[in-house]
Amino acid sequence: MATPYAKLPGWVEYVLIPLINLIVAFAVAGLVVLLVGQSPIRAATLLVDGAFGYGEGIGYTLYYATTFIFTGLAVAVAFHCKLFNIGGEGQAYIGGIGVALACLTFDTILPWYLTFIVATIGAALFGAAWAFIPAYLRAKRGSHIVITTIMFNFIASSVMIYLLVEVMKPAGTMSPQTRTFGEGGQLPQLDWLMAIFGLDIGGAPFNVSFLLALAAAVFVWVLIWRTKLGYEIRTMGFSEKAARYAGIKDSRIIIIAMLISGALAGMMALNPIMGEQGRMQLDFVAGAGFVGIAVALMGRSHPAGIIPAAILFGMLYQGGAEISFEMPEISRDMIVIIQGLVILFAGALENTFRPAISRFFGARAAKTPPVSVGSAG
Amino acid sequence: MNETAIELIGINKRFGLVHANKDISLKVRKGTIHGIIGENGAGKSTLMSILYGFYEADSGEILVDGTKRKITNPNEAIAAGIGMVHQHFMLVDNFTVLENIMLGAEDSAILNKGIARARAELKRLERDYALEVDPDAVIEELPVGLQQRVEILKALYRGAEILILDEPTGVLTPPEADHLFRILGQLKDQGKTIIFITHKLREIMAITDEVSVMRQGELVGTRQTADTSVEELASLMVGRRVLLRVEKGPANPGDVKLSVRNLTVKDSRGVTVVDNVSLDVRAGEIVGIAGVAGNGQSQLLETIAGIRTASGGEVYLNGKPVDISGKADPAELRRRGLAHVPEDRHHMGLILEFEEAESAILGYHDQPDYLNGVFLNVDAIRKDAEAKIKAYDIRPANARLKTANFSGGNQQKVVLAREIEQDPDVLIIGQPTRGVDVGAIEFIHKRIIEMRDAGKAVLLVSVELDEIRALSDRILVMFAGRVVGERDGEAGEDDLGLLMAGIEEDREAAE
Ligand SMILES: Nc1ncnc2c1ncn2[C@@H]1O[C@H](COP(=O)(O)OP(=O)(O)OP(=O)(O)O)[C@@H](O)[C@H]1O
Ligand SMILES: [Mg+2]
Repeated sequence: MATPYAKLPGWVEYVLIPLINLIVAFAVAGLVVLLVGQSPIRAATLLVDGAFGYGEGIGYTLYYATTFIFTGLAVAVAFHCKLFNIGGEGQAYIGGIGVALACLTFDTILPWYLTFIVATIGAALFGAAWAFIPAYLRAKRGSHIVITTIMFNFIASSVMIYLLVEVMKPAGTMSPQTRTFGEGGQLPQLDWLMAIFGLDIGGAPFNVSFLLALAAAVFVWVLIWRTKLGYEIRTMGFSEKAARYAGIKDSRIIIIAMLISGALAGMMALNPIMGEQGRMQLDFVAGAGFVGIAVALMGRSHPAGIIPAAILFGMLYQGGAEISFEMPEISRDMIVIIQGLVILFAGALENTFRPAISRFFGARAAKTPPVSVGSAG
Repeated sequence: MNETAIELIGINKRFGLVHANKDISLKVRKGTIHGIIGENGAGKSTLMSILYGFYEADSGEILVDGTKRKITNPNEAIAAGIGMVHQHFMLVDNFTVLENIMLGAEDSAILNKGIARARAELKRLERDYALEVDPDAVIEELPVGLQQRVEILKALYRGAEILILDEPTGVLTPPEADHLFRILGQLKDQGKTIIFITHKLREIMAITDEVSVMRQGELVGTRQTADTSVEELASLMVGRRVLLRVEKGPANPGDVKLSVRNLTVKDSRGVTVVDNVSLDVRAGEIVGIAGVAGNGQSQLLETIAGIRTASGGEVYLNGKPVDISGKADPAELRRRGLAHVPEDRHHMGLILEFEEAESAILGYHDQPDYLNGVFLNVDAIRKDAEAKIKAYDIRPANARLKTANFSGGNQQKVVLAREIEQDPDVLIIGQPTRGVDVGAIEFIHKRIIEMRDAGKAVLLVSVELDEIRALSDRILVMFAGRVVGERDGEAGEDDLGLLMAGIEEDREAAE
């Protein structure tokens, strides 16, 4: 059992501690940059500037953030039920089928907003369907959700290669992708939204699905904390014994939580497919399912934490691209290392600095000078 | 010996608005057993956590052996010779006794050398204090009494001169508790100092030399045990006179509400834990099940409540059969008028991470009163929780506080309030007052008797013989999964004690 930490003021708990973790992550990342003989200051400037310095950069940051909000929420919902859904990657990938089918069918008949509705439903259905099998196996047979969802990522990948190469690729073309959708299958940019702030997002694919992501965040909050279903999900997540006592049907709740999680992951596909490419390509998920795990951890599975965490990772993606463009010595892989450090400090080592911080606040309340920080108890 | 082992001066500790320790000064003499008693939430555990370095006091001083010590974490407490036996053991379940005792005190990176030395040291401790345990036994296979002994050994191994025990007897069977007291006596004879927290005044009278009483964060008095009485201590604790035995009129039994016929239950390993049990509980009576912990009472309750699967027999609620084949739905049973106060409030009866108001609807969260369609009616839920907090004097009176931050007795009141206020026909209760203070026991007992007088059927399981005798109209004794005897509510302690030990009335030779 861990040492009980004294209760800290809200702002310390939710702002100061994550901030300190983040600063340490960046400090260590700076050391790594130094190690390859580059200037960490320049890298940091490029990172922030690239992500927030100009309209198009911001557009890209928010475009990536949109993706991560969906996958982060997906992980969070399952996590409230104590299910570690590692399969966001595969669920998002399969969700793409729903989006592509909707767009291929309606892009020339319907305006974008109607196609968007159909595509959203399609994405959610396909994503949920892909989560259903691991959920069913967990609920009825007790299979470990981590193992099954990882396996389903691989299966999803193979299925998509088959579909894109053999089924959905237009005849006579070379690349494994669908045809480009007509206007009714492409989402408008949110340039007007950014224009309110006097920003010009240029060619950045920041699009309407961002608004859907925000709506999904509100939906998740209401679901988890304000509905009977959310109450049952949380009860299951904290104690299976208590759920049994309360008459909550565990297999039903496990399956529902996973379906919602899969649906949210699937909706991620709207952003790259309808919002950016205007077609479905191989590998459009590109690791967003896994980033979602880090986002949910960092955001403490709460939408109000997930949104800023998603924006942070959006910044790392966009600013990171800028760094590797401007500083070729820092490869794409280095950026991945930096992202890894953020995950490490913000997620896995979340409690590293907590004892020292609570001691500081404990001591402050006593109106005596803070004691020197010894080994944590 | 009259030196002071521990002196606390002006200790203050606040948790937000709760002032858990108010300016507490206390001296504990060396080589004595010092009892600390007080209502639930009086701040006993908090004070001990400060002494052991879990919490840091907002102000105040700690003197050990007359020297001022700064204790900011348990390592510093251990260095000062203070050891603690926690209410919830902090042992690694799948480690052996020896590994657990060494954990955190390995003196070199090479384990083998340390292990041999630890084994020798453990032998010595066992010999000196008569604390036998098999060093190679795995913790999870040991009964709680032995696990507790391991905790004591662990503290002694680290050189503890002062031992804190926070409600050590709550989880023990009476013989285990007796054994613990013998060990504590021995430790005292060897010059160790012991601080002992309990809610059982009888234990205080039996083993302590001095006793301090806490109430609402304050230390309200210290007495020589020889010069005080249970009555005085109870009224010091609560600040008023307490009825140590609630009066009740004769029962007025009506129809059979709960009927159990030839019930047999096996545990996950296939061992029969409830063996062919039959009983009836009528409206307006309290049937108590006495027995040493672990004789099938828990499983009996859980099976009736629809949580556990039976392998044979029948259960009838209000005359209609209950599915005990594992498909029973506890929610359905609630709708049919069954309420259940589970023994294990931490893992079953409450969700410690929930707000109090959320814990207060566990199991009833699908009732229309608490819902707006699919949504939780948060206002109604909080209002309801606040009303119950008031009616049951749950402290602190804050429905939005995390359940974990309530003290043990107040958590128990949360569960009781939830189940009783649903106005069930049949109430089954496991260990209603475990870890609960005398004032609250009085209150809880009164409520249970009121339930009976209102014509409810009450089935009560408790390992406290006093409690069974105080409440029950009829007493059934369980031993090794079977009901080995039935007595009326006036049965004598010795009579019941024999039955509980498995010595059956109609059997000539006892084992
Ligand atoms: N970590 C915490 N955060 C907030 N309040 C707390 C915390 N720990 C204890 N409290 C509050 O401090 C008060 C004292 O609690 P404490 O656990 O010391 O009581 P206790 O005397 O040990 O009670 P019990 O006999 O029920 O174990 C209670 O009101 C409790 O709700
Ligand atoms: Mg306590």
